[in-house]
Amino acid sequence: MLEAHKLALNHRLRGVCTKIAAGRVTAICGPNGAGKSTLIRLLAGVLEPTGGEALMDGVRLRDMHPRARAREVGYLPQEPQIAWDVSARNLVSLGRLAHGDARREPVDAALAAMGLEALADRPVSTLSGGERARVLLARVLAGEPRCILADEPFASLDLAYQASLAQHLRTQAHEHGRAVVVVVHGLSLAHNLADRVLLLNDGLLHAEGPPEYALSPENLRAVFGVEAHWLGEPGAKVLSLAAGDA
Amino acid sequence: MSRASAILLAALLLAIPLSLVAGRTWVFGIEESRAMLIIAELRLPRALLAVTVGAGLGAAGAAMQGYLRNPLADPGLFGIAPGAALGAVLSFSFGLAASGWLLPILSLAGAGAAMALLALLAGRGGGIALFTLAGLMIASLAGALTSLVISLAPNPWALSEIVTWLMGALTDRSWADVMLAAPMTLAGIVVLARAAPALDALTLGEDAARSMGVDMEKLLMLLVAGVGLTIGSGVAVAGIIGFVGLMVPHIVRPLTDRRPSSLIVPSALGGALLVLVADSVLRMLPLVGELRLGIALSLIGAPFFLWLLLRLRRGGTLGLT
Repeated sequence: MLEAHKLALNHRLRGVCTKIAAGRVTAICGPNGAGKSTLIRLLAGVLEPTGGEALMDGVRLRDMHPRARAREVGYLPQEPQIAWDVSARNLVSLGRLAHGDARREPVDAALAAMGLEALADRPVSTLSGGERARVLLARVLAGEPRCILADEPFASLDLAYQASLAQHLRTQAHEHGRAVVVVVHGLSLAHNLADRVLLLNDGLLHAEGPPEYALSPENLRAVFGVEAHWLGEPGAKVLSLAAGDA
Repeated sequence: MSRASAILLAALLLAIPLSLVAGRTWVFGIEESRAMLIIAELRLPRALLAVTVGAGLGAAGAAMQGYLRNPLADPGLFGIAPGAALGAVLSFSFGLAASGWLLPILSLAGAGAAMALLALLAGRGGGIALFTLAGLMIASLAGALTSLVISLAPNPWALSEIVTWLMGALTDRSWADVMLAAPMTLAGIVVLARAAPALDALTLGEDAARSMGVDMEKLLMLLVAGVGLTIGSGVAVAGIIGFVGLMVPHIVRPLTDRRPSSLIVPSALGGALLVLVADSVLRMLPLVGELRLGIALSLIGAPFFLWLLLRLRRGGTLGLT
């Protein structure tokens, strides 16, 4: 489906190859400045690469019409500032922009999927941070894209909202067959959320695979310079940290 | 039609006939042929020009605030109005203004030059920050050149004409001015309305808008064209009239659902109403000369701006989140 081929942007990302699969949650992890946001923005077609290509079903994103691309790839930026105090429904309706229609059903379905029916007519300024995060994801869902890309959607959410948002993202991948890509800072969250992890370091893909492999103690030592190991059952993993020498 | 548009349209349709009969001379109680002459040749073109200029300012203000995601944006800040003013001032300086047609044409040329420069500087990539900076610089440059032309004015009469014209007014305008400004303003509002869905997408920022399929370069071109047509033609026939583009979207916004796209047509109607009422009231004031429209609106506008800032200080929201 979505594919990075030697994807590069100046010195920030230096040639990343990977394939994003449908029906799975892929987490992009790595230290600050590793190129996580750059990679997801290139995959969303928001940035144009200086080298390599981002491809959708073999077609270069930059060759697609912006609206055709937008119908396939939904992108949730990192902590977007909502400029005007519109209603939740109006914000979610923006998801239909690339389709050029004002159909109510996808908007209603997206509001329902995020449990926002009761809040639909409220101005977004009256919503809590967690409710707002759900509205923003509902906006992406209303566009019915095949890929959902989210840049740190968990930042500034409390634990309960993190858990509920993680569940929503997993449902979108596993039950609706969408490709879900999420930039995640918290490695425990990434481990429990994702089916697959891309571990970036210094603009390059350091490791890629199931979380237990990509986030292995060896890889964490190499990338973050910390000694750490995993505790707990699959699906409830916790990272145990020892003081590193980095 | 939205509720806001309906209310404002009704008010406008009420205000136009009132403005035709009102003035220093009321049309009641004078000879019928004189009354008809006053209405047909003076008041009707003047009223239509007020509606045209106000509509252009209101719509352009609403679009610029949506584009810059900033409720304090005024279309006059971005080079096009100062460019148009420079063109007009040049026509006075070279003694060309007397011919009637050359002033608006040079003024439109000034607006066009400012638009071309804006598009050239900010077009590639279509970034908002670049647009803002380029616009401010063009405005500064045009302002400086205008001052230069004024300081080099060939004689005191040209100087006085320039200064008076810059204050903005609708006195002694004719049907020719209406014919020039109305089609261009209408075209400009249509262009801005076409940009409206993309402005809605910008509610979530540039990145999100791009991801929703908004072509930022095309949006910038639509805005430059739309603002250029409305503001350029407005300045060409009426001089600089400030603050309408800033004030009107604010007054209208609470009547709408606050989406930028919902604001453009009501702001056009609101701007038309404000300029028409202000102009009609001004010509009735018992002053020796007539208070210039541009000055009067700035006298209302500047305190309004200060009040906005006070509300911001007190934690108000200006319709923002």
